[in-house]
Amino acid sequence: MNILVCVKRVPDSSENEIRLNREGNDIDTDDLVYAVNEWDNYAVEEAIQLVDKVGGSVTVVSIGTEENEEILRREMAMGAETGVLLSDPLFEEADGRKLAAILSAYISKNNFDLVLCGAQADEGGAQVGGMLAAMQDKPYAALVNMIEVLDDNKLKIGREIEGGSQEISEIELPCVLSIQTGINEPRYVSIRGIRKVASVEIPTLGAADIGFTDVPLRLNKLEYFQPELGEGAEMLEGSEEELADKLVELLQAKGGIK
Amino acid sequence: MDIVGPAQFVVLGIKTQIFSILIPVVALVLFAYIISKRLIPLRRAAQDERFNRFGERLAQIWSLWLLQVKQPRYMLAGVLHMAIFFGFLVLMLRSIALVFIGFQGDFQWPFLDGSLGVGYTIAKDYAATVVFVACVVAGIRRGIVKPPRYAVPEQYGKDHTGEAVFVLALISVLMISESLFDASKLVAGGEVGHFAAPLSLAWFFTGMLRGSSTELLQGTHIVSYYVHDLTFFYFLCFLPFGKHFHVLTSFFNVLFLRLDRGTVKPVRYGLAKEELDDLESFGVKKLEDFTWKHMLDFYSCADCGRCSDQCPANAVKRPLSPRFITIKARDLLFKTFPVWGQPQEAPALIGGIYTEDEIWSCTTCGACEEECPLAIEYIDKIVDLRRGLIDEGMVPQSLQKPLNALEKRGNPYGKTAKQRGKWIEEEEFAQTVPVKLLQGGETADTLFFVDSVGSYDDRIIEINRKAAQLLHHMDKDFGILGEQEKDAGNEIRRFGEEMLFQEIKEHNTEAILEVAPQEIVTTDPHTFNTLRKDYEGLPPVRHISQVLVEGLAQGKFSLRPLEEKDLVYTYHDPCYLGRHNLLYDEPRQLLDALPGMKRVEMEKHRDRSFCCSGGGLALFYEPEEETRMGVVRVQMAREAGADVLVTACPFCLINMEDAVKIAGLENELKVIDLTELFAEQVEFVPTVAAAV
Amino acid sequence: MAAIFVYITHKNGEADDTAFELASAAKAIDAAAAPSAIVLGSSADVEQVASQVAPYYSEVITASHDALQYPNAEVQRKVLASLLPAKALLLLNHDSFSMDLAPGLSIVLDAAFASDVVAFEGIQDDTLQLARQEHGGAVSSRSTCSLENGAIISVRAGSFKAPEAGAQGAVVDKSADLGDLSSKRQFVEVIAAEVGDVDITKSEILVAVGRGIEEEDNLDLVHELATAMGADVACSRPVVDAKWLEKSRQVGTSGQTVSPKVYLALGISGSFQHIGGIKGSPFIVAVNKNKNAPIFQAADVGIVADILDFIPVLTEKINASK
Repeated sequence: MNILVCVKRVPDSSENEIRLNREGNDIDTDDLVYAVNEWDNYAVEEAIQLVDKVGGSVTVVSIGTEENEEILRREMAMGAETGVLLSDPLFEEADGRKLAAILSAYISKNNFDLVLCGAQADEGGAQVGGMLAAMQDKPYAALVNMIEVLDDNKLKIGREIEGGSQEISEIELPCVLSIQTGINEPRYVSIRGIRKVASVEIPTLGAADIGFTDVPLRLNKLEYFQPELGEGAEMLEGSEEELADKLVELLQAKGGIK
Repeated sequence: MDIVGPAQFVVLGIKTQIFSILIPVVALVLFAYIISKRLIPLRRAAQDERFNRFGERLAQIWSLWLLQVKQPRYMLAGVLHMAIFFGFLVLMLRSIALVFIGFQGDFQWPFLDGSLGVGYTIAKDYAATVVFVACVVAGIRRGIVKPPRYAVPEQYGKDHTGEAVFVLALISVLMISESLFDASKLVAGGEVGHFAAPLSLAWFFTGMLRGSSTELLQGTHIVSYYVHDLTFFYFLCFLPFGKHFHVLTSFFNVLFLRLDRGTVKPVRYGLAKEELDDLESFGVKKLEDFTWKHMLDFYSCADCGRCSDQCPANAVKRPLSPRFITIKARDLLFKTFPVWGQPQEAPALIGGIYTEDEIWSCTTCGACEEECPLAIEYIDKIVDLRRGLIDEGMVPQSLQKPLNALEKRGNPYGKTAKQRGKWIEEEEFAQTVPVKLLQGGETADTLFFVDSVGSYDDRIIEINRKAAQLLHHMDKDFGILGEQEKDAGNEIRRFGEEMLFQEIKEHNTEAILEVAPQEIVTTDPHTFNTLRKDYEGLPPVRHISQVLVEGLAQGKFSLRPLEEKDLVYTYHDPCYLGRHNLLYDEPRQLLDALPGMKRVEMEKHRDRSFCCSGGGLALFYEPEEETRMGVVRVQMAREAGADVLVTACPFCLINMEDAVKIAGLENELKVIDLTELFAEQVEFVPTVAAAV
Repeated sequence: MAAIFVYITHKNGEADDTAFELASAAKAIDAAAAPSAIVLGSSADVEQVASQVAPYYSEVITASHDALQYPNAEVQRKVLASLLPAKALLLLNHDSFSMDLAPGLSIVLDAAFASDVVAFEGIQDDTLQLARQEHGGAVSSRSTCSLENGAIISVRAGSFKAPEAGAQGAVVDKSADLGDLSSKRQFVEVIAAEVGDVDITKSEILVAVGRGIEEEDNLDLVHELATAMGADVACSRPVVDAKWLEKSRQVGTSGQTVSPKVYLALGISGSFQHIGGIKGSPFIVAVNKNKNAPIFQAADVGIVADILDFIPVLTEKINASK
C-alpha cells in the first residue's frame, strides 16, 4: 500500500508556553521549539504499522521552507521511506483551504492508495484532511482511531465520537483519513536514528513542479489576542488549614459532603 | 588382614585398574568436549576489554575469590559456603591423588611426606568432615526450611530446590566415599603413619567398620573408590550444565570483573566515537550482542538470590528480579548453544525472555552488583538492553516526553534554557549571596554545576541557595553556567540514549572548558557521578559534602547546637554517592559535627542502602509496582527509631518527601537535605555590604 | 446577506442544546437574519426534532430516509450540497460529526470554512469577522471570513445562549428531493464506551482529578477524599491517556457529560474540552497550583495550592467534621 502522510511543523505544545508577544498582537516566537504536529506523528506511526503488515511504502510531505526538513527527517528516522518538501514563495501566505489545494496538486501527480492527515494541528482548524478529500473526490473519515485493512480495496475504520464511543465503518480505497491521537503508541526516535537519515535526499518541489495555480484566501488572520477574562472564581485565601476549613464549610452548605 | 586397592583388584577376571584409567580418560575427553561447546557463544559474543590492570584484578581474586569476603553478608549461608569452598580447596590434592591411586596404588604427592603429609592428612580429614556437615545443614536448609530468597516466582518456571539438594547430595557422597575408602583400609591394616583424624568422618567410619570381615572391608574399599571416582567425574561433567558451573568459572569471572564503579561500558569496545554512526545496530537485542564477559556472568551465576534479595525494584514487586535476568539468559544460552547438538536460532531477547517493563524498571542503584559474591554485573547489561530498545523505538510514552525535552531544551521538564540560571536572581538571596553567572568570558575558580532538577525544581532550588550561601561563607570564588548548562546526562546515558548523551556531553564539556575552572562542585550525586566517570578532560569534581568537610577541618564553620534536643537523626546513603562513589563518611562527619546530634543507622545503610526509586529520567517512568521504594525506605527510618531522615541527593529528597505524605507519616518523620540541615546550624557572619 | 442555515444535531429524537444556541449565533452574525433549521434523519426522529426547534427558526427544512438514520457524514454531505442554495451560510455545532462533514462540504460548495468559532464580531461588505481559540486555548485569534461565495462555519458549544422561543417556523419537507444517497463509506455500528464500575453521569458529587496529581500512586489520596465526601472519582483526559483511570471516568467533550450538584476539580487546568463535559451549573470548586489556570474562570470558588499537600489536609478536616 502506498501511503502519504501530510505533516505540519508546529510549535511544540508540550515544550512551549504559548503566549502573546509584548505588543499583544501575535504569538511570542522567541523561545519556541518546533516539532511535528502531534496528531501527524500518530498518523506516521499508523502508516508505518500498516505497511509493516501489508507491505508498501510511506511518504511524508510537508509545506514550508528548509526548516521543515528537520521534521521530515525525524519522521523518516521513524520509518518513512521518502520525505518530500513542498516549498515556493507562492505557498507562504495560506489558509487551510490553500494548503489543502497545494497538497491536492501534489497528490494528483502521484499514486497513493491512502492519504493520512492528523485530525487537527496547532490552530485547531481540523480542516485540511476533509478539504483535501473533497478536492480529490475521495471518501473521507475524520478522527480515525482504528484502521484495519480488509483487502486491496477496503478498510475497516473506527472513529472517535462523543462519550468515548467508537463509530465503525467500512471505507473504499483510495481514501483520505484524519487520525486522532491515541490510535497507537508512536515509537521513539533516537538521536542515532536521526543521524542515520541526516544525509538522505529530500526533494523540494515548487508550485510549477506540482502544477499548482494560486487560489484566493477565504480566511485572513488579523491578529492574536487574549480575551478579557470574566469575573471567574472567588479565590479563597489563608493557610492550608484555614483553606481546608473554609472549604469544608462551603461543601457542607452546598451538599458536597454526604 | 590385608586388602588391595583398586590398582590391584580383580573382579570377574578383569583388573579394575582398567576402569581407573578408562573412567578419567573418557570423562576428561567428555569434559573437554562439553567445555568446548560452552565456549562457542563466547567466541561469537561481542568484544570486551578485560585483559588489563592485572594488579588490581589479582587483588580482587585474593579478597573476593579466595578469602570470600562477601559471603558473610548472609551469615549462615556464607559460613556454609566458605566451609565447602575452603574444604574443596584443601581436598583438591587428595582428589587428584585418588585418581592416580586408582592405577598406581602407592601414589603419593612427592612434597607431602613426613610431617607435611601428616599435617595434610589431618587437614583433609577435617575438611571432608566439615564439608559433609555443611552439606547436610545446607540440604536441610534448602530442602526443608526453604528460605524465601530461593523461591522461584511462578513466571520464572519451576523451583530450583531439586537441583540444589541433588548437588549437595553428590558432594556428600564424595565426602562419604572418600572417608569410607580410607576407613576400610585403616581397619583392614593401614600403612605406617596412616590414621584418621579424631572425630572426623573417616574416624567415625573406622569405628563403624571395626570388626567387619575382610570381604566386607575389601568390598567397601573398592566400591567406595569407584563410587567416588564415578561421582567425581560425573560431577565434573555435570558442572557445566547448571548453577555449579560457577565452581569452574568463578575464578575467571572474578579475574575479569568490572574494576570501576558507577561507569557505563561503551556501546562497543574498540570503536572510536566517530565510528559509532556506522554501526548497524546499537545495544543488545539478541544473545550474541552481549560481550563474552557478560556471557561468562550468565554461566557463573550460583542462583543464590542475594542480588534479588537486595534489589529495591524486586522488593516493591516491579517485574524485575536480577537473579532471573541472569538465570533466564543462562538457560537461553544452554538452549541456543546446546552441548548435544547444533546452535539454534535465538529469538530476540525483548519479547522473548525479557519484557520491556522488566528492563525499564531498574534504577541502576547497584545493590545487586554490590552483593554478588561472583562479581556478576547487571548495570551494563541493563544499559545495553535499553540501548537496544531505544534503537528500536520501543520507549514508553512517559519517557519519550522528557527525552524529547532533553534534546530540545537540555532539561527533562521542557522548561526554557533561559530559566536555568534564574534562581540566583531572587532579590533577597542575591543581596546576601552573590553567585557569578559564568557567561561572556566571566570565569571563576569553582564551577557550581547545578544540573536540571536543581535549576528548575523549587524545593531543590532552596537547597542550592543554601549550598551557594555555604560556598560564599567559605570565600570560594564560584559561579554557575546558567543558560549554557545542559543536563549532565547521568540518566540519559543509563537509560540508553547514548547519542543524545554524547551530544549533551560535548556541549557541556565545551561550556565548562571555556570557563576553565579549577574544580567543579555539585550538590547532585548523579551529576557528581557522570562528570567524574563519563566525561573526560574535566577538572576535579567534588560533591558538596566533601567541600564542607574540608571547610569543617579548616575551622571555617561555627556551628550552633541543634535546637530540638530529643530528635533522632538517621542518614540515608544515596546510591550515586555511596555505592557508586564510596562517599559514605563525609556526610556522616558533617552530621556528627553538629552539636547535640543524636544519630542512628538504619539496618540497610552504607553499601546496603535501599534506593529511593531513582533520579533523572527514573522520575518520569511509570512502573508497575505494589508500593513505592520511597515508602519502604521511610518506614525503615521509622523502624530504626529516627525522627528525621537526612539525605544528600535531590532525588532522594523529592522521593522521600512524597513518600512521607503517601505513607501518612507527616507527624512522625521529617525529611531534610544534608546541606540544608548543615546550613541551618552555621553561624553566618553577615557579609559586608557596600564599602562603608 | 445570504440566507443563514443551521444544521440541527439530534440524538434519539431529542435536539441537542446547540440546536437552540445556534439560532442566537445566527442572530449574532446578522441581527436581521431569519435562519432556517435543517433536520436530517429517520422520519420518526425528524418529526419530533422539527417540532422542538420550530419555535426558534423561521423555517425548518426536513428530509428523512432510512439511509439518514445514523448521521454518516459522507451521505449527509451530499444531501446538504443539494439542499443548500448557492452562497448559503451554514452553521453547525463543532463536534466529531461536523469535523467529518464540514470541511469537505465547503469545497463541494466552493464556500469559505471556519471551525470552532467562539464569537462573531460583525460583517463588513461580504466579510465576516470572527474569533476562535488556538494552541489548545492558550491564545485567541480574530480573522475575516469571506462570505462572497457563502461559508460553512462550526461553532463551539456554549458560546451562545439559547434565545427565547418565538413564533413557530414552517416545516418544509424535502424528502422527495433526496437524490443519490450512495457513498463509498458504509456505516457498520457504534461500539458504546464501556460503562465501567461507576456511572459518573449519575453522580451527585464528583471529585475530579487532572494532571496535577503527577503520579498514579497519588490517586490513593484522591480516593480517600472521595470516600470522605461520599463522592465518585472522575478525571480529565490526561489521566485516562496515562491509563491511570478508565475512560468511563473521563469528564469532557470526548468523555462523559456529567451534571452533579458539586464538582471538585483538583489539579485540572480547565480546558474547554473538559469544561464542556460539565452541564447544569453545579457548584464548582477548583484547586490548582497555577493561579492562571483557565479552570478558575469556570469555577465558583478557587484555591491556589499544591493538591498533593492540600488533599490530605482537606480529607482530615472532612473526617474530623463528621
